[in-house]
Amino acid sequence: MISIENVSKSFVLHNQGTAEIPVMQGASLTVSAGECVALVGASGAGKSTLMRMIYGNYLTASGRIMVGDVDVARAAPREIIQLRRRTLGYVSQFLRVVPRVSTLDVVAEPLLATGTDADAARTQAETLLTRLNIPQRLWALSPTTFSGGEQQRVNIARGFAFPYPALLLDEPTASLDPTNRATVLAMIAEAKTRGAAIIGIFHDHAARDEICDRQFDMTKFTMGPAA
Amino acid sequence: MTPLLQVETIAKFYGSRIGCADVSFDLYPGEVMGIVGESGSGKSTLLNCLAGHLTPDRGAVRFDTRAQGLRDTITMSEPERRMLGRTDWAFVHQHARDGLRMNVSAGGNVGERLMAVNARHYGDIRNEAIDWLGRVEITEDRIDDRPTAFSGGMQQRLQIARNLVTGPRLVFMDEPTGGLDVSVQARLLDLLRGLVREMNLSAIIVTHDLAVVRLLADRLMVMKDGHVIETGLTDQVLDDPQHAYTQLLVSSVLQV
Repeated sequence: MISIENVSKSFVLHNQGTAEIPVMQGASLTVSAGECVALVGASGAGKSTLMRMIYGNYLTASGRIMVGDVDVARAAPREIIQLRRRTLGYVSQFLRVVPRVSTLDVVAEPLLATGTDADAARTQAETLLTRLNIPQRLWALSPTTFSGGEQQRVNIARGFAFPYPALLLDEPTASLDPTNRATVLAMIAEAKTRGAAIIGIFHDHAARDEICDRQFDMTKFTMGPAA
Repeated sequence: MTPLLQVETIAKFYGSRIGCADVSFDLYPGEVMGIVGESGSGKSTLLNCLAGHLTPDRGAVRFDTRAQGLRDTITMSEPERRMLGRTDWAFVHQHARDGLRMNVSAGGNVGERLMAVNARHYGDIRNEAIDWLGRVEITEDRIDDRPTAFSGGMQQRLQIARNLVTGPRLVFMDEPTGGLDVSVQARLLDLLRGLVREMNLSAIIVTHDLAVVRLLADRLMVMKDGHVIETGLTDQVLDDPQHAYTQLLVSSVLQV
């Protein structure tokens, strides 16, 4: 489902003496449907960078990143938008939302964007929020004022609302209590069972060992200190 | 899929000075494109060339018309272009007073645009106006008030209702949230996002506010000195900018 071939990346900082910071070179990785692979390596090894390259958030200097039949490294913006809508989900570490939009609508949005009718999307969002222990009295509020752990769970609910065939998870269990952590791990396991290809970053080693089938060590492809 | 708008090497000069030059892009149905750049970068000139308010010196702006497919809006006749302006196109000005008739009631402002596309039944027009005022969160009891009695945020929402009532397919916006305080801005952004999704609108938004484009635009175009210096997916351009100027622009945003 996800196939990364020989990718490289560097950052050029034009306003800081045109410093060129090489981040990675020659990284290759294949993830099949139903498989979960953990990216490992010290901080600065390029784990998040690779994840952002797969999502099309960072440009890829060379190589191929196939997600389904789209090469993200070369795709036009609208192809990537389409890919993100139906194929590739991403749970980042930080929730970024329009102020004033209710938590329920934030979670339902990926479903609305793919043509689910409003009632069904809201029902599905309610189910997810209940499962992740977000109290019902918070649903009508914007998540911008929530605690870190609550925002993280809203982010996860949103990321799991649509059944993407490929998922990127950046520290999905960070800042969660044991109960919610177990729920999130169960949700990841269910996504694997339905055939999702998953790439994750977990600093929670117990979670990583429990849920991931393989580890991919980024250190080998790291060129130097990352940005 | 046919692009809704096909822009080919547009250029506009003010004497020997460049307004904008060599701008080309395709916009597809449902896409929202942001244009950012500092004052004088040519972004408003470009928008006005695209919307038919200025005649570019070079290039073509082809719009996928309902009847005849792709037509160059620069070479079409003035009545045809005006018709597009009343039906398939909408233009949201930065200052609501430029897009509203200030001495006509709120309902009249919305209804007028309907009458321009041959709506004649008073009751229907009034009901449609009430419906649209509701969608932009203006209560029915304000329908007979003039925009002069509205706050800046309400005027801007009224301008949006007036523009969208005829079900346009392409909306041009020039700094739609400029000059509004941030809480009003957030409300307007939320409203615009909902409308874009429900009506499958395409939009071109000119702004200097990077936070606005991050929330509204799928794609981004960065302009400097009349030229496009960088384009791409909005979050990619903002998070991994390639051009020196874009890097400066992104790193100059103050953190709250």
